[in-house]
Amino acid sequence: MRFKSLCLAAAGAAVLAATAIPAQAAEQYTPLLVYKSGPYAPNGIPIAHGWEDYLKLINARDGGVNGVKLVYDECDTGYNNDRGVECYERLKKPTAATFQPLSTGITYALIDRATADKIPLFTSGYGRTSASYGPVFPYVFTAPLTYWSGADIMVQYAKEQEGGSLEGKKIALVYHDSAYGKEPIATLERLAEEEGFEFHTYPVAHPGLEQKSTWLQIGRQLRPDWTFMWGWGVMNSTAVKEAAAVGYPMDKFIGIWWSGAEPDVEPAGAAAKGYKALALHLPGSDVPLLQDVLEHVYNGDEEAARENDWGDVLYNRGLLLMAMEVEAIRTAQAIHGEGKELTGEQIRDGWEALDLTSEKLAELGLADFTKPVKITCEDHEGGGQAFVQQWDGEQWSKVSDWYSPNREALRAAYKEDALAYAKEKGITPRECN
Amino acid sequence: MFYRETGQFKTSYAADQSIFPILQDKIGVLLILAIAICVVPFVADNYLLETIFVPVLVFSMAAIGLNILTGYCGQLSLGTGGFMACGAFFSYKLATAFPELNIVLVFLLAGAGTAVVGVLFGLPSLRIKGFYLAVATLAAQFFLVWMFNKFGWWTNYSASGVISAPPREIFGIVVTGSGATPVVKYLFLLFAVALLALVAKNLVRSRIGRSWMAIRDMDIAAEIIGIRPLVAKLSAFAISSFYIGVAGALWAFVYTGSVEALAFEINRSFQVLFMIILGGLGSILGSFLGAIFIVLLPIALNVGMLAIDSTISVALVSHIEFMVFGALIIFFLIVEPHGLARLWQIGKEKLRLWPFPY
Repeated sequence: MRFKSLCLAAAGAAVLAATAIPAQAAEQYTPLLVYKSGPYAPNGIPIAHGWEDYLKLINARDGGVNGVKLVYDECDTGYNNDRGVECYERLKKPTAATFQPLSTGITYALIDRATADKIPLFTSGYGRTSASYGPVFPYVFTAPLTYWSGADIMVQYAKEQEGGSLEGKKIALVYHDSAYGKEPIATLERLAEEEGFEFHTYPVAHPGLEQKSTWLQIGRQLRPDWTFMWGWGVMNSTAVKEAAAVGYPMDKFIGIWWSGAEPDVEPAGAAAKGYKALALHLPGSDVPLLQDVLEHVYNGDEEAARENDWGDVLYNRGLLLMAMEVEAIRTAQAIHGEGKELTGEQIRDGWEALDLTSEKLAELGLADFTKPVKITCEDHEGGGQAFVQQWDGEQWSKVSDWYSPNREALRAAYKEDALAYAKEKGITPRECN
Repeated sequence: MFYRETGQFKTSYAADQSIFPILQDKIGVLLILAIAICVVPFVADNYLLETIFVPVLVFSMAAIGLNILTGYCGQLSLGTGGFMACGAFFSYKLATAFPELNIVLVFLLAGAGTAVVGVLFGLPSLRIKGFYLAVATLAAQFFLVWMFNKFGWWTNYSASGVISAPPREIFGIVVTGSGATPVVKYLFLLFAVALLALVAKNLVRSRIGRSWMAIRDMDIAAEIIGIRPLVAKLSAFAISSFYIGVAGALWAFVYTGSVEALAFEINRSFQVLFMIILGGLGSILGSFLGAIFIVLLPIALNVGMLAIDSTISVALVSHIEFMVFGALIIFFLIVEPHGLARLWQIGKEKLRLWPFPY
């Protein structure tokens, strides 16, 4: 095998030298793991459109990253872990910029593989929380926030709304019964002890269309002061509908950032009014970057853009995630040579040096859209922030300030969990200096 | 013509009772095995090995297990996913609690543990039959997955309930987790599956296998001729669960490398059941054919469509894949309700007479 490729390489080099073909413009390959089919498609499609449009924008407006065009290939995972692995194996190349699995389950299946293949994994706001500890997980990046930070922010918000104390209050968690939904439980249990609230969990089986008994228990029996939700796909809209059916006060019902988009509330109709969710970025299309996309990708045709979910929460999420990936590629080029195609290993260095300051965000057309993120060798979460948004029956709007999670306690927890993983796997954590 | 047995005389009982009494079969199987060992690892790339060959082998093992119970002993089971989960979580607990334990031993112990669980859930089979038993085994499915989901002890208190296979070696070569190369994984699985398939083939030809088939064909008649239903049914549950448990352990340790209980939900049980129905009930060959069909076809359809025209949207490809896959299952069930193994058998009959059929 190696001999054959060596021969081929030698032959190729000889041909190149002999004919001196003008060098082709460099291209950077960005594989996309999408899901446009299956029960999670309503949420997967807008994100995929956001990704595609950002790549198109960079190619159309800037001619790529320092002249390196971004090319992409897609594979439909259907939010299914086995197919996710199949798709990863199908799309992976040494020059793959980054994989964004868009599923916590697939992330868990890919962490080891991607690390062995030296391809970065960007699991923004999902995936294995303790992968934020860079020394053990050099190839995984969780910026700007993790589920544990999300849980922390929700508790902070509820505490503030309750006038500074959660003593004796009841908080329920409705979660997708998978790796994804279970992530926040440990953090919420810890906070329950610290803050003195009662904590109850309600798992919902995949895909989450059956929640009648769950909500009867919550709405009629437990009557919690606050209900948090870790849902995805059709589970979200079902939960909102069922919560309304049992008369649960919507403004005490907060979803994670994956449970706060248009497809989650629109099917519930007027009942969804008042429902809240965390957000990593502003909703809506009043953002310079979105106007740029409209101009360069859709030639100003707003109707066509809206057809592709332009301006929806998850579309904006897709843009933000891809913008971060492209900035990581740009940072990597600054380290390893501008205008060149880079390997996943080199782009990893770009991720680790990624510093999205507010000036940088303004340059990208994302001023005030999200908060600055700075990734370091030790901290792959990067210190992002989130706010609470509320659905008013028509659109999402920001109803709180930006919150920072209590990172000291969280980082200690990340480290502890990551080191336990390293021990189990026989990994020696690398040194950060 | 190709299957002419003329001139192949058996001079001993042993020769007459061999697994492949016809010389052509013997050569054929040895040839396939030789190709699988000597050619595939060098020809197939990592993608094929990781996403086709490895899962096909793991599923073949599970399908053999279920075929012993459902195909040979006639006890319909929907608990396959739960038993696979048992194998996966048992081996994880064993491997992490006793890191120095040889991984082969871990798999065998996990299989044995699953066999015990299988016997427990097989007890109702002494009283209930058919669809009612299917519902009773459904309880195993839901209970087991719930148990692994509910108690953090099974996952060493992982925050998300996901277990990750620790790297383990055989003769100094890493075979589990993602540190193992695809070729090593494939060869290890091939060896394990071939060996256990051979054991299964011999089991079903033995006294115990014949007692299973007697129970399947008519349990009262079997009882009258002196077969004890208790022993026959529970041994089928135990041995079937052993195979399924080992398959679950291989799934977690060799195929995916990390797994959550959700991977073994009810759909996994149906998937394996479809494999043996499509492949052929009561046939070891059918277990392999069914596994190949169910694993390979969707991926082949998906990749094939994209290879023909790479500009089609992946969503459309996925939807077409679902439709064609479903249509093909119905087609095969209509053409040959006894499964792919029966198709092969018919083909063989035809080949024997070819080119002069009468």
